Amino acid sequence: MTVLKTRAELRSDVGLRPDAGARLGPRPDAGPRPETRLRKAFGPLHRCGSVLVVAAPLVIFGLFFLYPVGALIGRGLIEAGRLDLSGFGDVLGRARFRRIIGFTLWQAAASAGLCLLLGVPGAFVLYRCRFPGVRLVRALVTVPFVLPTVVVGLAFRTLFAQDGLLGSWGWDGSVAAILAAHVFLNYAIVVRTVGTSWANLDPRPAEAARSLGAGPVRAFLTVTLRELAPSIAGTACIVFLFCATSFGVILILGGGQYSTVETEIYRQTADLLDLRTAAVLSIVQILLVTVVLLVAGLLRRRNEVTIELRRASGTARRLRWTDLPAIAVTAGAGVLVVVPLVVMVVRSLHTPDGLSLDNYRALGQVASGNVLLVPATTAIGNSLRTALTATVLAVALGLMLSMALSRRPRALAARRFLAGVDAVVMLPLGVSAVTVGFGFLITLNSGPLGLRGSAVLVPIAQALVATPLVVRLVLPVLRAADERLRQAAAVLGASPVRVWASVDLPIMGRALAGASAFAFAVALGEFGATSFLARPETPTLPVLIGRLISRPGAANTGMALAAATVLAAMCAVVVLLVDAVSSDARPGPGGF
Amino acid sequence: MPGGSSMLSLDGVSVSYGKTTAVDRVSLEVPDGAVMCLLGPSGCGKSTLLRAVAGLEPIGSGAIGWDGTDLAGVPVHRRGFGLMFQSGVLFPHLDVGENIAYGLRRDPRRWGRDQRRQRVEDLLELVGLAGYGSRGITTLSGGQAQRVALARALAPEPRLLLLDEPLAALDAELRERLVQTLRDALTRTGTTAVYVTHDQREAFAVADTVGLMQDGSIRQTGSPVDVWAQPQSEWAAGFVGFSSIVDRAALAVLVSDAGPCGLPDRQRIALRPAAFVFDERGGLEGVVEGILASPESLRLRLEVEGLGAVDAVAPPTTAVMAGQSVRVRFDPTACAGLGA
Repeated sequence: MTVLKTRAELRSDVGLRPDAGARLGPRPDAGPRPETRLRKAFGPLHRCGSVLVVAAPLVIFGLFFLYPVGALIGRGLIEAGRLDLSGFGDVLGRARFRRIIGFTLWQAAASAGLCLLLGVPGAFVLYRCRFPGVRLVRALVTVPFVLPTVVVGLAFRTLFAQDGLLGSWGWDGSVAAILAAHVFLNYAIVVRTVGTSWANLDPRPAEAARSLGAGPVRAFLTVTLRELAPSIAGTACIVFLFCATSFGVILILGGGQYSTVETEIYRQTADLLDLRTAAVLSIVQILLVTVVLLVAGLLRRRNEVTIELRRASGTARRLRWTDLPAIAVTAGAGVLVVVPLVVMVVRSLHTPDGLSLDNYRALGQVASGNVLLVPATTAIGNSLRTALTATVLAVALGLMLSMALSRRPRALAARRFLAGVDAVVMLPLGVSAVTVGFGFLITLNSGPLGLRGSAVLVPIAQALVATPLVVRLVLPVLRAADERLRQAAAVLGASPVRVWASVDLPIMGRALAGASAFAFAVALGEFGATSFLARPETPTLPVLIGRLISRPGAANTGMALAAATVLAAMCAVVVLLVDAVSSDARPGPGGF
Repeated sequence: MPGGSSMLSLDGVSVSYGKTTAVDRVSLEVPDGAVMCLLGPSGCGKSTLLRAVAGLEPIGSGAIGWDGTDLAGVPVHRRGFGLMFQSGVLFPHLDVGENIAYGLRRDPRRWGRDQRRQRVEDLLELVGLAGYGSRGITTLSGGQAQRVALARALAPEPRLLLLDEPLAALDAELRERLVQTLRDALTRTGTTAVYVTHDQREAFAVADTVGLMQDGSIRQTGSPVDVWAQPQSEWAAGFVGFSSIVDRAALAVLVSDAGPCGLPDRQRIALRPAAFVFDERGGLEGVVEGILASPESLRLRLEVEGLGAVDAVAPPTTAVMAGQSVRVRFDPTACAGLGA
């Protein structure tokens, strides 16, 4: 053992340190603090706590997601107690289903491509440039993303209807209308995700390229675009996923002529009661989603980098004339975002007697002429109640999962386990909401859990759909947070709980607020699963809208438009409010 | 103080990442009030060792003890050690004063509101930032951030302060100023400290004891004066500023005028650049192969017949050119014998 002793004489010789303790000296008894009885009692609980953080969400996921979905698929594939996979051959052998799968893929690819073409210039203008009102525009383009698909479907159907504003284009019931609605819904994802990456991009490599003689176009293509590529590709994957599993839009705009795997699962399950075919299609969809999620996950991992402390809007610059093409594209996209909504609002005011609020007044009553069991105002109450419950559940689940997933354990097995958890909790993004809803119906509505007809099923289903979103918004922030901040807090004596409360919570505060707002909007607009689970006398607003537009009659359509406007306004207000509260923040590493 | 009242002791400590061994069976002791410097090139394992002492890195084998008590199983936040990182790592959502007060909040009985405020003020004054308490973190320069980090680490009166290259991210001039602030702060507070650095000037300025680290092991320890005067290996000599190594026999032939007592009694001798000084009447001749200029002096690379390549110094205004032959004199105080 090497013994290092300070030589007293060296001290005085070199004059490094007089022995006299100064007034700031440490207290003489600065020994370890005695373990209190409380600490001892809670020591093991601490460890239990971290296990609970991982276990609780997994149990909930198992019980309310894997079990119902598995049961539904099992019912389709298990014949007389034996696994029967002949369904795959039957289904995939039929031209109709092959056509549906093909259409699902190509419309999603086309939608994602269009979103990128419009969204990347938008990301540049709204996140890399500085001009008055940029934050307001950013918030506005976010609104479509949080609008319920039922609302968007209805708005575009109204826009392209033969008597609509763009009826002359002949897009009524066409693929073009579907693509337009998908671009409308997902434009914000591209702008926000690519935009935040772009805002956090170090501008110096591109400047270096310019100084080495590259023109602006070459510098963009060879440097900036390369650095943005993972973010762009990852976003494209997510948009592809959302469009491939699109339900409400296809149901309303496809007019029975166009089906995706998702709407076909609905048709087979709800209309034809052919569970075997539905199970095969569900598995096909899960496989498809898994592949896309794997690719997106790979791209995302390359994209998550430790945030450095950089001042807000450090990379933004003023608009220049050379930005004109990007501005033009962004303005065009802005028109695409605004027009359908304006048309919907205006049409909701149309009544046989001219412009009036009659459609809105009708929401408060149950008239003999319409198809409602309860007034729409009751449905609004139901919607808000269930969405609030779902939000609390989704945020709690998402928070626990994000905390567990942000750990980087040393052991390889633990890391693999967490990667597996990461993949499983993303599944609700891609498993048909219809499958989830119907799965709930056959498993949880009866049997040992005794949730028969229980009002909790709807919020639980909505929470499951919203949880992946919460995780995707909160997890990157936690992962990007400098681990040394937590270490610094621990070294300064903060217990794990205090480290969490004083470091993690402030860091992810804004992301958490945003995630809550998005979760609320998603729950408010959830249609696929809710349409299975909501009882006829307690519908949510999207279910009620769906019921109204499935019936003919100008009065029903007018009421649907009014209800859709109310629903859109509720979603928009929540998101705009949260955005206003948290928008003084520098764009974080969030996104999907 | 013999048998110091409290003491950090490491006994055969190893840390591995997978198959790589970052720290290899290190043993050392730091007595109360002393500053120990771990000096080594980047990647030698010195930071890992420091993090292991802090409790941030699990150790593979060995024991870390304080006052004879094994620290295994004592979590980071109960060790009562302070740690200062290379780049501040200040909490961005708290202001300067709140950052410094962070560690005081774990003991509200000892640090009431008024005591906390007073403590923050005292420390800001100690690091020369009086009045900065309500400033935001993003408004600080690199040097100011490191001062705040130092104040934050010292605030809870740690039993031991661990400093992980605290000045490495700063520019040279600032580093020189801050190393004084640091040394004064450590001296005035009488804090026991382990200081990790790759900069030998920093180590010399701060340390009571220096440990030279290479490849995860401590190669040599001693007071700065001893380590600089008596490097025990070629590597150690190179690391503390000796620039060439020659055979004693060859050197003795050329510098017989230095007298036998002028040369250390070792087979191999390490020479600092200043061992040969440009002097027109010097007893040695060499051919200039390279010149490195600095404001204080010129450093010449000379090829000396019978000795090989050695360094020499000349006044900065000396007119020499590569290929020229120059005369130098030998200064025996700038050489050291190698080995035990």
